[in-house]
Amino acid sequence: MSLRLEGVSVERGGVRVVVDVTLDVAAGASLAVLGPSGAGKSSLLLAAAGLVPSAAGRVLVAGRDVAGVPPERRGVGLMFQEFALFPHLDVAANVGFGPRMHGVARDERAALAERLLSRVGLAGLGARDVGTLSGGQRQRVALARALATDPAVLLLDEPLGALDRQLREELLDELRQLLGTGGPAVVAVTHDRDEAFTFGERVAVLREGGLAQLDTPARLWTAPADAWVAGFLGHPNVLDVAGAAALGVGGQRGPVLVPVEALRVDPAGTLAGRVLDTAWRSGHVRVRVDVDGTVLELDVAPDRAPAVGDRVPLLLDPGRVRAL
Amino acid sequence: MTTGRAWRWGLAAVPLAFAAVFYAWPVVAILGRGFAPEGVLDLTPVLDVLGSPRLRGVAWFTLWQALVSTALTFVVAAPITWLLSRYQFRGRSLAEAAVAVPFVLPTTVVATAFLVLLGPGGPLGLDLVGSVWAILLAHVFFNVAVVVRVVGGLLAQLDGHLVHAARVLGAGPWTAFRRVTLPLLQPALWSAAAIVFLFTFTSLGVVLILGGTRIATLELEVLRLTRDLLDLSGAAALAVLQLVGVVVALVVSARLQERLAVQQSLVVGGASRRALVGRGPRSLAVGCLLLGGVLWGLPLSALVRRALVDGDGGWTLAWFRGLAGRARGGPLAVAPLEAVATTVRVGVVATLLALLVGGIAAWLVASSRGRAGLGLDALLMLPLGTSAATLGFGFLIALDTPPLDLRSSPALVPIAHALVATPFVVRTLVPVLRSVQSSLRQAARVLGARPWQVVAHVDLPLVLRPLGVAAAFAFAVSAGEFGATIFIARADVTTVPVAIVRLLGQPGLASSATAAALAVVLLVLVGTVVALGERLRGDEQATL
Repeated sequence: MSLRLEGVSVERGGVRVVVDVTLDVAAGASLAVLGPSGAGKSSLLLAAAGLVPSAAGRVLVAGRDVAGVPPERRGVGLMFQEFALFPHLDVAANVGFGPRMHGVARDERAALAERLLSRVGLAGLGARDVGTLSGGQRQRVALARALATDPAVLLLDEPLGALDRQLREELLDELRQLLGTGGPAVVAVTHDRDEAFTFGERVAVLREGGLAQLDTPARLWTAPADAWVAGFLGHPNVLDVAGAAALGVGGQRGPVLVPVEALRVDPAGTLAGRVLDTAWRSGHVRVRVDVDGTVLELDVAPDRAPAVGDRVPLLLDPGRVRAL
Repeated sequence: MTTGRAWRWGLAAVPLAFAAVFYAWPVVAILGRGFAPEGVLDLTPVLDVLGSPRLRGVAWFTLWQALVSTALTFVVAAPITWLLSRYQFRGRSLAEAAVAVPFVLPTTVVATAFLVLLGPGGPLGLDLVGSVWAILLAHVFFNVAVVVRVVGGLLAQLDGHLVHAARVLGAGPWTAFRRVTLPLLQPALWSAAAIVFLFTFTSLGVVLILGGTRIATLELEVLRLTRDLLDLSGAAALAVLQLVGVVVALVVSARLQERLAVQQSLVVGGASRRALVGRGPRSLAVGCLLLGGVLWGLPLSALVRRALVDGDGGWTLAWFRGLAGRARGGPLAVAPLEAVATTVRVGVVATLLALLVGGIAAWLVASSRGRAGLGLDALLMLPLGTSAATLGFGFLIALDTPPLDLRSSPALVPIAHALVATPFVVRTLVPVLRSVQSSLRQAARVLGARPWQVVAHVDLPLVLRPLGVAAAFAFAVSAGEFGATIFIARADVTTVPVAIVRLLGQPGLASSATAAALAVVLLVLVGTVVALGERLRGDEQATL
């Protein structure tokens, strides 16, 4: 039960919004597709589901080329961004819609819906009107509905995008546990890098329709493919050649990445700079320091935060610095 | 993909053929009669029409009474629109429904009511029949509902934060209204003005009944030339003149709407409604109540009274009982109650036809993004902008020769009614079908539904209620249709509006009271059907 895209391109309105993307996800594995809005993420999903035609390339579901196979026979599940629950059906009928289309008998559908609803923590809510559900409940119904046809591949379009932050973190954990091992190949599209890194065993970064990098979260973070990926992932210290030379971290040809974790305030440090400003994040303080005209950012523990204007010594771990 | 496209074209053939045979062909026939009566281009009849001082007077009167009617309608509608879309009070939704009702009442019923109220011997002791005032008042009676619906619909959904932003930035309430609310409302204002202008420009039943012998509009003149003077070329020339007026109005309004339309996010219940507290809002409410009572309550109660009072001023049910019998020497070939049966029969057939043609068209319009959908939409809107007399007259001269000799066919009247009702069906269904998010259809596909199953399990259940609303509306349109019917109905297809006009053409208390009784029956019939439809609309808003 796997998904493989080979050189897939998608055109919408005469514009190539997905360009030559190749990726594959094994059964039970999870892949997050990360990119800014307009990078072609949703189009990629719709093409995999057969809802929009691909202009080039092949889509293989469980090893089978599904060219020309209509969406209803691809064995693909899709969870929509705003969930797209049928407003005229109750919760159980929404979950049972797929099995119904596949000719499953009424009693069996009801039992299946009940089982799936209890699996997503909504036991007993089958008769509810979908309009009365909270955002989190709607998300769970949508997930139960997508799983009801036992798809080989499950595609999630911004699965948590419509929810507030705290709910997102809770549901993300649940989602990971639910989908677990042995299930379908899961592809989730998101613009949120935390969501992508938490969710995907591997993360595909999409830029302007093309695949910029595909790797595990750890390797993406420590070894981004280029300055754009590094910046998009949230690395603040991507230095140009002159800036890198000023700090003595080499890199004659291209930019250099200094991850925030490569820097710390330390009396033994060989660099020194003046604190420009500090900003609270959850769990740490982000400090911006001017080192001889080069601005660097680093994180310090909240109780160690320097004041603006202080001169601080900095220790740089050259092993973590990376030429891009 | 290709089979899907073939399907769509096959489906499109139904509304296209309907519009071509029953709209385009008759209109072409009128143009032919007007410009080339002998088969070659001959502008004499048109020039005769344009040169005749009497007909020039008719054209001028038609134009200015429509403009004044439109202006008066806005004056009356403004406070009511503001009250209903800005304030929350008990009975508001009831008031909203009550305001909508006059629009669907048959013109002949309303005109009869004003005839009773303002005619000689009426309860007010006035005699305004034969003056423009009676006509203007009747026009306002119908069209306030248009303004309230179209403008109020937008007003209630304007993003309330916009006005708040203007207020915080230093605008007073009046300035905020003038600089923010009014500009955002402009598309709705022009669209409502265009609709009201068209209805009053092509008004027939009202002018025929209330205009006396002196007043005529283009629409009425077409009828007179055709039926009384048998001057088909002159009638065709006049119809062409009227068609030009209608097209100009439609184009100007479309241009204005296009230029003034802004991308704005509408919020259901966007401007939070305020409670009716304080002296200003309360006097507004009382004023609207009085206005509504005078405008709608007086004529309708005068109508009911006339149907229930005998020659000596005592109460009686004799006029209603008399509907079952056939008056000897009366203007009707059948008992008045027969006309009610005919109206119901014609109405049911016309409704089914309009639902079939309009339903298919609405689905095609809503599901196609390109020009084709817009074109079909516009094509099916045309009959709405075309005067009833033009339609009826076109049927008369186009459908009387083989291969389409339908003049003796009983289907002709329902077909004409369906043509007029179809735009309403399309208009009701298209927004609903469009609002069915494409992700719902996609979700169904991914879950295993084939394309036809998507229609059956997603589209159809979601439009079932609006379909009921559209059916009620189509029936009301058919039951009240007069202009086209009077041209094409044979003596044995007498609908209630035709019967009313024939009765009013006879002098004497008996025929006027019988007409009033018949009008009350039609009023109750249409009112009941529309009320049922409105119930469906209300429930639908609660669940969706």
